[in-house]
Amino acid sequence: MNLLFSQLADGIADGAIYASLALALVFSYRSTSIVNFAQGEMAMLSAFTAWQLMAWGLGLFAAAAVSIGLSFVFGAVLYFCIVRPLSKANLLTVVSVLIGLYLALNSLAGFIWTYTIKPFPSFFPAGHLKIGSFNVAYETAGTVAIISAVLVVLYILFEKTKVGLAMRGAASAPDSSVLVGVSVPVMLMIGWGIAASLGALSGILVAPRVFLNPTMMFGIIIYAFAAATLGGFDSMIGAIVGGLLVGVIENLVGTYVPWIGADLKVIVALILIFATLLIKPDGLFGRRKVVRL
Amino acid sequence: MSGPMQKSFPLWLRAIGTVGLAVLLLYVIPFAIPSYLVSQFATVLAFGIAIIGLNLVTGFGGAITLGHGAFVALGAYVSSILIVRYGWYPLATIPVAAVVCWVAGLCLGFPALRLQGLYLALGTLVLSITVPPLLKRFDTLTGGVQGLIVGNPSPPKWLPLDDSQWIYFVSLVLALIGYFVARRIVHGALGRALVATRDNMLVAAVMGVSRLNLTTATFAVSSLYAGVAGALYAMIVGFVSPDTFSVMLSLSLFVAAVVGGVTSLFGAFLGSLFIQFVPVWASDIDVALAGMVYGLSLILILLIVPDGLGGLCRRISEWVKGALYGRPEVPSPAKVENALKPERVTP
Amino acid sequence: MSLLSIEALEASYGAFKALRGVDFAVGEGQIHVILGANGAGKTTTLRAISGTVERSGAIMFDGKRIDQCSPRQVVAGGIAHVPQGRGTFADLTVDENLRLGAYLRSGPQVKEDRERWLSFFPRLRERLSQQAGSLSGGEQQMLAIARALMLRPRLLLLDEPSLGLAPIITQSLFKTLVAIRDATSMTMLIVEQNANLALAIADQGLVLESGQIVLRDEAARLAKNDEIRRIYLGYE
Repeated sequence: MNLLFSQLADGIADGAIYASLALALVFSYRSTSIVNFAQGEMAMLSAFTAWQLMAWGLGLFAAAAVSIGLSFVFGAVLYFCIVRPLSKANLLTVVSVLIGLYLALNSLAGFIWTYTIKPFPSFFPAGHLKIGSFNVAYETAGTVAIISAVLVVLYILFEKTKVGLAMRGAASAPDSSVLVGVSVPVMLMIGWGIAASLGALSGILVAPRVFLNPTMMFGIIIYAFAAATLGGFDSMIGAIVGGLLVGVIENLVGTYVPWIGADLKVIVALILIFATLLIKPDGLFGRRKVVRL
Repeated sequence: MSGPMQKSFPLWLRAIGTVGLAVLLLYVIPFAIPSYLVSQFATVLAFGIAIIGLNLVTGFGGAITLGHGAFVALGAYVSSILIVRYGWYPLATIPVAAVVCWVAGLCLGFPALRLQGLYLALGTLVLSITVPPLLKRFDTLTGGVQGLIVGNPSPPKWLPLDDSQWIYFVSLVLALIGYFVARRIVHGALGRALVATRDNMLVAAVMGVSRLNLTTATFAVSSLYAGVAGALYAMIVGFVSPDTFSVMLSLSLFVAAVVGGVTSLFGAFLGSLFIQFVPVWASDIDVALAGMVYGLSLILILLIVPDGLGGLCRRISEWVKGALYGRPEVPSPAKVENALKPERVTP
Repeated sequence: MSLLSIEALEASYGAFKALRGVDFAVGEGQIHVILGANGAGKTTTLRAISGTVERSGAIMFDGKRIDQCSPRQVVAGGIAHVPQGRGTFADLTVDENLRLGAYLRSGPQVKEDRERWLSFFPRLRERLSQQAGSLSGGEQQMLAIARALMLRPRLLLLDEPSLGLAPIITQSLFKTLVAIRDATSMTMLIVEQNANLALAIADQGLVLESGQIVLRDEAARLAKNDEIRRIYLGYE
């Protein structure tokens, strides 16, 4: 029973990180119909940036905040310089550029910071929080708390502010957005900026567990892909639910299905992605695009 | 897909070219350079075969897959397991690897190709990420992390060749067969049907061409090519391990296909040369540079020569012909680019 | 002095010239209707005014040149464009569509305006929290118009508001347009295939053919014009 509970708790904490990265994927997808294969590598660069800032003497919180801010700028610049010119390109070009970006960012990190793994401090102390007879690691509880807070902020941004409304409008119908005076490129740029920031957050939260290295996001991004696919690439709720589901399923399967075990957990992501795309390609919460005259 | 120019080079020029190429392939590479380089050129040929398969499915089928490495891995392991665990004669494993990969391609292609556009790329990317863990999991068969030592196959006793020369010639023969079979496919009725569905699915459907069946068939053939390449690779290197078949292999093959030009079968070998030698030179300078070279060359190639090195060669030869016949004509890359427009659809 | 005046307006899509020297003027508070066959350049005229197509020539709005303005500047200047096919935000609710319509404005007046336009389109009030994509065609057209009005424009461009609507719905829609004009003295430029209805509510009419104006007159007289009756109204 205790094992089950701790697996569930771990699953939710992992899931929260997948959710934030999946949300990043959803933001880029909703604004530009592009699945950003390089999202994980961007997150990894952000984590390295935070590490570098700490090496230069900043505290963990300050370093994380600055890195998240810089990531926003990077995402916005990326949109303007690379993604926007792609809007009319053919699929092969789009995929090539994304893969090129993925490879280039990955080796950029290796070039600057080498491939030796580095420890990364955690926001949370070691030890456990006691809830009744159950133990929850501070890190688990803290991760969930931080991601939840971010989600609340995003909810307010999108549902309660004018900019959020305009961003949703620009993603939903760019042509009409122009006609109400919304500057679509700026909105899409903000979307990519937020995506990069969310990715940065997940990178910084994941770095203490997997240690900092250029390949650190390989094992994470695949679950984020699964989460976004499961939830539906155009649904923010979907990314969150999908992230949590993937986190929990992954942990439970890894523990209770001996054939799969910890080594082969990654196949869970593969099966989830293929099953979703084949059975319900829009995901649990995605909306089928309906064209109406 | 025959070019606008039906005229070919004058006979003397073609003769010189053919003889030159034959001397290069049959004498210079196998006999005049150090033996470790011979193996590397054998690898170039093996991966060239895999890339031809990728060209078929991506360039002509319009389906972008980032999971080609998975089939190379399957072919390599089928061949290695048969050699190591069952004591098969090495070359006899190649057709088995080919058939197994063809079947696997058929089985996987059927569901996978229902996915369109970016989703197929995503699904196959994830597939290639799961290959090493899978190989490690079935360690009783695959040898797990340690991998399998296959050894280099020896030539028949009556042939005065060493091991690397022998596998080089085997690769050369298979590469030539692969190349000409692919040419038949591309230039025949099947090729026209493929291009038709790629360019306009609706019209093709109206004319009775089923995209799904057609691309699944292409996917299976491309997997067969990958399987042959994998089996050859295992014998060239003499060793297989899970980390050889990481996601980087799939991405490298994709890079090679784009750099060589996805609609150029000849370009497949140029792309293969690129991924064989350029990263090695780059990582002499810095280990990290290889990935950067890959990434940047992908983007630059698409910006400068969208039809890749193969397309560039074709255009240069057209231009030379034009000059020879007093009719300079430089076909624009626009045609190729236009042809490569699989619709961006959400499933 | 007219609110909108256009001189030698040309527009093209690549090599195809859609407009070849169009000029006309719309007076404040008037309803003008543009008639013409498919491909005559009606939609292009509206798009040229709102800046969503490449154009040349002079467009004066409220005494200022706007032919060099971006679509956003045109909108901010007080011209609302209801495109063909409504162009509502299908993923957003009706209420959010209206709020987005007032994107460039702020202040308490926005709320008042919302109430006001909802009183013209009571059907929308019942569906405020519904997604726009789930509305019927007529309701979407109402929403598109209401959203455009949320800008508090001085000129409303309407592109084929009757497209795909049942005749009875079209009629009530046109009645509402007249009511809005009477209540606010809003200027409107309407492109319409349904010449009968459009001429009935318009002050002036223009007929476009191959990117040029071939006929212009008061709407009442156009409705009696033999050629118009034959070509656009279906009388023999």
